[in-house]
Amino acid sequence: MLLKEGDIRNVSGCAITSVIDRSGKKINGKSMIDSIRVMHERSNGLGGGFAGYGIYPEYKEYYAFHLFYDTKTAKELTESFLIKHFEWITEPSPMQTHKIAQIQNEPHIYRYFLAPLPKKLQSSQLDEAEYIVHTVKTINSTIEGAFVFSSGKNMGVFKGVGYPEDIGQYFCLDEYEGYAWTCHGRYPTNTPGWWGGAHPFALLDFTVVHNGEISSYDANRRYIEMFGYKCSLQTDTEVITYIFDYLIRKKGLTFDEVAKVIAPSFWSTIANKPKEQQEEEILLRRLFPSLCVTGPFSIIVGFEGGIMGLNDRLKLRSMVCAEYGNLAFIASEEAAIRAIAPQLDKVYVPAGGEPVLYTLYEKGGN
Amino acid sequence: MAKAMYMHGDYEVVRNHKCINCRICERQCANEVHKYDEKTKSMTEDSDKCVNCHRCVVMCPTRALKIVKSDNTYKQNANWDMQSINEVFKQASFGGVLLSSMGNPKAGTIFWDKMLINASQVTNPPIDPLREPMETKLWLGKHSAAIQRDAKGKLINTLSPQLKLDVPIMFSAMSYGSISYNAHAALAKAASALGIYYNCGEGGLHTDFYQYGASTIVQVASGRFGVHKEYLDRAAAIEIKMGQGAKPGIGGHLPAQKVNEDISQTRMIPLGVDAISPAPHHDIYSIEDLRQLIYSLKEATGHTKPIIVKIAAVHNIVAIASGIARSGADIIAIDGYRGGTGAAPTRIRDNVGIPIELALAQVDERLRAEGIRDNVSIVVGGSIRCSADVIKAVALGADACYIGTAALLALGCHLCRACHEGKCNWGIATQRPDLVKRLDIEDGTEKLINLVTAWKYEIEEMMGGMGINSIEALRGNRLSLRGIDLTDTELRLLGIKYAGESI
Repeated sequence: MLLKEGDIRNVSGCAITSVIDRSGKKINGKSMIDSIRVMHERSNGLGGGFAGYGIYPEYKEYYAFHLFYDTKTAKELTESFLIKHFEWITEPSPMQTHKIAQIQNEPHIYRYFLAPLPKKLQSSQLDEAEYIVHTVKTINSTIEGAFVFSSGKNMGVFKGVGYPEDIGQYFCLDEYEGYAWTCHGRYPTNTPGWWGGAHPFALLDFTVVHNGEISSYDANRRYIEMFGYKCSLQTDTEVITYIFDYLIRKKGLTFDEVAKVIAPSFWSTIANKPKEQQEEEILLRRLFPSLCVTGPFSIIVGFEGGIMGLNDRLKLRSMVCAEYGNLAFIASEEAAIRAIAPQLDKVYVPAGGEPVLYTLYEKGGN
Repeated sequence: MAKAMYMHGDYEVVRNHKCINCRICERQCANEVHKYDEKTKSMTEDSDKCVNCHRCVVMCPTRALKIVKSDNTYKQNANWDMQSINEVFKQASFGGVLLSSMGNPKAGTIFWDKMLINASQVTNPPIDPLREPMETKLWLGKHSAAIQRDAKGKLINTLSPQLKLDVPIMFSAMSYGSISYNAHAALAKAASALGIYYNCGEGGLHTDFYQYGASTIVQVASGRFGVHKEYLDRAAAIEIKMGQGAKPGIGGHLPAQKVNEDISQTRMIPLGVDAISPAPHHDIYSIEDLRQLIYSLKEATGHTKPIIVKIAAVHNIVAIASGIARSGADIIAIDGYRGGTGAAPTRIRDNVGIPIELALAQVDERLRAEGIRDNVSIVVGGSIRCSADVIKAVALGADACYIGTAALLALGCHLCRACHEGKCNWGIATQRPDLVKRLDIEDGTEKLINLVTAWKYEIEEMMGGMGINSIEALRGNRLSLRGIDLTDTELRLLGIKYAGESI
């Protein structure tokens, strides 16, 4: 029997794409489907997924949990756990899906809008974000057959086994509108395909889509696991997500600083930079040497209010950026961008290790 | 006094017809093996005195000499081998503790040789170190620090002092006394040129070498030999020597014949007496005492230097290392049971302590499990023989390696294991001026630089093959190793999978 994600370390090649409207105007989810479709050859039908930001404006104060259940028992156990720790803003409802022939063997998919019970939150002595992280970790690691695959506010992940354009159709993404979207088509080399193993990988409002195979995996994993994370899926995307969460949420670094930790300039390059910049980059490398990520990767990180693109420092994976008016795009291929925006003001290829950050104007975005 | 029992030597000096009686071998041998016989007008040899250091073989201009294992043997016995019998004879004759030098030579599992390194194929590319940057540089010390910013939001450096290393290799502690002035000079100069550090050992620091202070780690051992304010101030880092892999549980031992004027000055001890360090530091009987010494040294040097605590790999190494990581040390140096020495009781050298590979793997794992791996760097030694050992050590979790024996080999040592006799024909483990001058400082320096540079190239090639272009991304990256010919227990302790097991 083939083992699923988590039982083995899993590597894969991929396609990634994303879009943001920096003015905050909503973009229909269908545009992401159209963008990823042209990169069909970069996936092999074993995984696809989307993350949409600003898609639940009516529930934006609450945590939107998306769950996969393999069995009714898993659902009952999870719900009895959730009811003890959260106020349920809506009745749990099956995720709206559209049955198509290309998508088979789907698990039960449910959505919840939740608010932590104030008393439980207080007695946990955790801040709200950490309370959510604990909840997700508990469900995913202790309830057999249950998997929380989205847990942020006013955002949501939609993913599964299949080609991404089919997954998008299956989840009726043309009925969602968000100010930013990211998308992933997967080309794994050794998975039978498990819905939870598809990407984006998400924790709170952080989502990561990734193309590559990092050679530093075990060094990064063993380091980040010191701080309470458990890399149970054994995928690159998972460990990269935890690194972002740790450095940004727990250590208070900026996205730009995180880029200098995980894809640092070479020492020889740093030596030629202005003094102040040298000091900053050397300090970050000295603080977090074990979070240096090597080997090929291109990633797009989605978060509340923006998206960030980053390549490994040798740029061993393709990644293109473009702008058109308020719209900004990051994708594996220019074709994926042209598919939804034939006219562009600017197309460029960021260098290895050079972060690209697009945020909403209201968040001080460029 | 009992009569000494006769034992024939293990090796025989064989001279062939090419000998021209030039008597170079005679002059080169401090053990007085070779003699010119005026009557027969030819060279003779007393093989029983030969330590097999190969000085005569190398220096013979006509290649007339070789040294072979003697086939003279006692009645074969699988239990009582020749060495065991001879050691009984020696002790029956002299009634003393057997002394040995250099690392444990006995057969036994060398775990480095049971680990195989990964390489990239298809799904990610190998990196070509001839065409792309390949980083072997790293910083040793405590990495965990608070994130603080100034008023402008700029990050403030809150790190404790660290050591910058251009290659994850350092020359391990070898005292002035156990090795010669010239050997020390070569180590100091090479370390300085390589962007690494040498460790002056527990015998103090000769004032001539103060100029290499920025590349020097000074030791504070239980004998406190040569320790004074300027000694500490000159150093880049201070190492508290709690133990040594070759002789865990006992202190250093410098035989009296090696204590000349210069050594006595540097060590601050009387001339011509044995320098024997106490087994424990008499101000450290517990972990909280160690903490006090660590902070005393930090205070004495204004918190400007990292403090290393060196311990021998023993059974309870994991708990000991955990204690040290919580005691203010910046670096833990662990020395395995195969580590070298200038002089150690044979029984201790060959029977006490555990292999460095297992100690390293377990310490790294435990410190991570406790969430304190970032408090300290780990440096391992005893014994690291080549660049592949360095790669494997880093992948298991070491920050850097100490090399001692390999460095001495680069200086000309032929591993004859007679350092304690003080008559090193290569000018390394001796204080006899006529022998010391045989070691050319400039040539020795160049050979050390060549060795470490060669290892650096090899490390870069192996890292490149794995698709890893920073040594930092190799540290603790155990998926890059696989075991072969190992038991389940050994695999579990090393924290690696068996060859053929998929990622």
